[in-house]
Amino acid sequence: MLAERIPLEGTGAVDHARQRAVVAALRTFLPDHCILWREEDTRPYECDGLTLYRQLPMVVALPETEEQVARIARTCFDLNVPIVPRGAGTGLSGGALPHGQGVLLSLAKFNRIVRIDPLARTAVVQPGVRNSAISEAVVHLGLYYAPDPSSQIACTIGGNIAENSGGVHCLKYGLTLQNVLRVRGVTVDGDIVEVGSEAPDAAGYDLLSLVVGSEGMLLVITEATVKLVPKPLKQQVIMASFDDVEVGGDAVAAVIAAGIIPAGMEMMDKPATAAVEPFVKAGYDLNAAAILLVESDGTPEEVSEEIERMKAVLDTSGATQLRVSQSEPERLRFWAGRKAAFPAVGRISPDYYCMDGTIPRKRLGEVLKAIAAMEGKYRLRCANVFHAGDGNLHPLIMFDANDPDSVVRAEEFGFEILELSIAVGGTVTGEHGVGVEKINQMCRQFDAATLESFFAVKRAFDPPGLLNPGKAIPTLNRCAEYGKMRVHAGELKFPDLPRF
Amino acid sequence: MDQVLQAMQERVRAAAAAKTPLAIAGGGTKAFYGNAPSGAAFDVRAYRGIVDYEPTELVVTVRAGTPLAELETQLAEKNQMLPFEPPHFGDAATVGGAIAAGLAGPRRMAAGAVRDFVLGARLLDGRGQVLSFGGRVMKNVAGYDVSRALAGSLGTLGVIVEVSLKVLPRAVAEQSLLFELNEAAAVQRVNEWGGQPLPISATAWFDGQLYVRLSGAAAGVQAAHAKMGGTPVPESALLWAELREQAHDFFQADGGTLWRIAVPPATGPLDLGATLVEWNGGQRWVWSAQPAAALRARVEAAGGHATQFRGGDRRATFHPLPPALAAIHRRLKAEFDPAGIFNPGRMYPES
Repeated sequence: MLAERIPLEGTGAVDHARQRAVVAALRTFLPDHCILWREEDTRPYECDGLTLYRQLPMVVALPETEEQVARIARTCFDLNVPIVPRGAGTGLSGGALPHGQGVLLSLAKFNRIVRIDPLARTAVVQPGVRNSAISEAVVHLGLYYAPDPSSQIACTIGGNIAENSGGVHCLKYGLTLQNVLRVRGVTVDGDIVEVGSEAPDAAGYDLLSLVVGSEGMLLVITEATVKLVPKPLKQQVIMASFDDVEVGGDAVAAVIAAGIIPAGMEMMDKPATAAVEPFVKAGYDLNAAAILLVESDGTPEEVSEEIERMKAVLDTSGATQLRVSQSEPERLRFWAGRKAAFPAVGRISPDYYCMDGTIPRKRLGEVLKAIAAMEGKYRLRCANVFHAGDGNLHPLIMFDANDPDSVVRAEEFGFEILELSIAVGGTVTGEHGVGVEKINQMCRQFDAATLESFFAVKRAFDPPGLLNPGKAIPTLNRCAEYGKMRVHAGELKFPDLPRF
Repeated sequence: MDQVLQAMQERVRAAAAAKTPLAIAGGGTKAFYGNAPSGAAFDVRAYRGIVDYEPTELVVTVRAGTPLAELETQLAEKNQMLPFEPPHFGDAATVGGAIAAGLAGPRRMAAGAVRDFVLGARLLDGRGQVLSFGGRVMKNVAGYDVSRALAGSLGTLGVIVEVSLKVLPRAVAEQSLLFELNEAAAVQRVNEWGGQPLPISATAWFDGQLYVRLSGAAAGVQAAHAKMGGTPVPESALLWAELREQAHDFFQADGGTLWRIAVPPATGPLDLGATLVEWNGGQRWVWSAQPAAALRARVEAAGGHATQFRGGDRRATFHPLPPALAAIHRRLKAEFDPAGIFNPGRMYPES
């Protein structure tokens, strides 16, 4: 793997003497069924949703109480052993990739909804509670938890907090940060702290902003209070076709310029609709270069008014066809294709690699054209789905993991997209996190002083650097190596010139 | 690099070398807030101007010395706004000061806090370096979200020199309603409404009267009014502006200490003194003569924190932190400002 060409921290074989010492220390307070260390038991933890990277952990700990988490932290602190926290393992950037000399700390047993307060519209949950389980638990109150990453039936709230997960509704409802009020966690030395508050704010620095999206590098989360919002009385979606993706991109801008913030605004290009239509039969216009789904939600009165305004804007923005969902089953069918885009691409290609760059929306047309050109360059197909409202692009690069050359081309393709995202003023990751996957591209997005200040933040929370070390923030040495590697990869001005 | 910014960097480097504290100042409209400023005045207003504003991207990038009113005028021309409705507390208020103070206005519970709209920031740190956090796009999880954490940091981590903010369209229709209710009933009622899909954009209670502002699509506002009842309030924009700017009569008391109390919104009356309730009960303004320790103990028991907002002894205006959090604070401050020159003691004695 490309990131591994410069060695990642914590790769390599398990040191068995050290393993015995750590297991013995954990056994003094953890029951045997909470500790895994035999290879056949630790193997299932070797990767997360980014299966290109694999590493056996030295030990897996599955604590059942916060007290046990604190003692694990204290023990690891004393023995100088790294900790990698893990939720459901659905992350797409390798944030939960184990450390070969570390403890993989699974929060899987923290799966209880502790308290629901209907009047305050909050739920106190343990980190291992699944995202969609929260909404299911409060459906009778007419409430739900808004962020809806597409993995929501499996991913856990602890992982969502670690990654600041998004979804298709975040333009209107915000990211995880805007929907989590308070996080309780264990520090590297086993203290218990709370950041944020069930009050609108907490005293001191807004540490919640730092902890949310910190990829398990600042605290081990043991509990959170999330915000619940009223379920809209009505939802309706418009499906618009465009014969040019750039025209579609301009239509998105026109909707926003008209003062409308849709509940969701998603675009799929032709390769994406072609992949999903046979699979879900959503009724997509297969002749369109791109289709746009624009959703309105609220009271029936609000939705009727907004749908009319949206239709008028899309009509004058060059949509070749407009369809408005006339029933809840039809609305869900329109969305089914979008939500099934990843598995649908998985049906037409042995493997796919999902990218996550966010770009200023106005650059969409040129970025999609550049991606189309890269398909030829790398001899791989790519389908694009796009959180159009907030500029978050998910190109799905199709490759074959059994063909090592295709793997390398897929990664090179992906990294060229990420670097293009930076070049047009965007970011390498909108919602999937950096993890190990995009660690090299961080060298391109941030200068040395800013990268060093990220380490400063980490030191403030985790002075010995034991929480998920080696992830998300590249060292300056790594950046220097990466710079050299890119030169070797052909970024020299005259690559054909003989050099001696 | 820009000459103004370069001069600011040199000033910071000189102050760091000499370990002489700087009191970062914009328009001075929030100098009353927090512990008393100390150090040489460091006026940062010369670094100003809107760098980039693309209404269809819903993002504006602005230098911190820009007057807040100037930014809001530009946004209003495109029918957009800063959704957190920051208080100005004077004509001279700057964008940087609004972010550093981290104070939000009546729309807080409907729209979000200041930090929710900070997408990126450039920070002049204690070594004189300009660091760049976040970006100009809606979604960005690359690196720790330091730019958001600057909201409310009162300049103690560095000089905010530029911010990128998410903006939103102004509502098509707005209508305010008045209900006669006591404090307990008002807090209960607004939280019940909060659980229903109603376009409530602000609430305020004082003196037996609950004011509710509805914002959104015209038909939605009308339907909500029909459902909720209440008496329409004419010319209500003035009322919400007076609340935001604390120009309302409630805030005009002479002497005494005005406390800002943040508690979980559904908390019942705290009975600490004359009270004005905002944010569905989450923010309460209280004139109280109670000793700080006793008042804070009561608020802490309710799950909140109390800030001594105006008046009183300005050495411990913010709620004390538990030791483990105070340690993280100290280390953050020391990392970003190793010489301890930026607004020392403005938040806590050590930061």
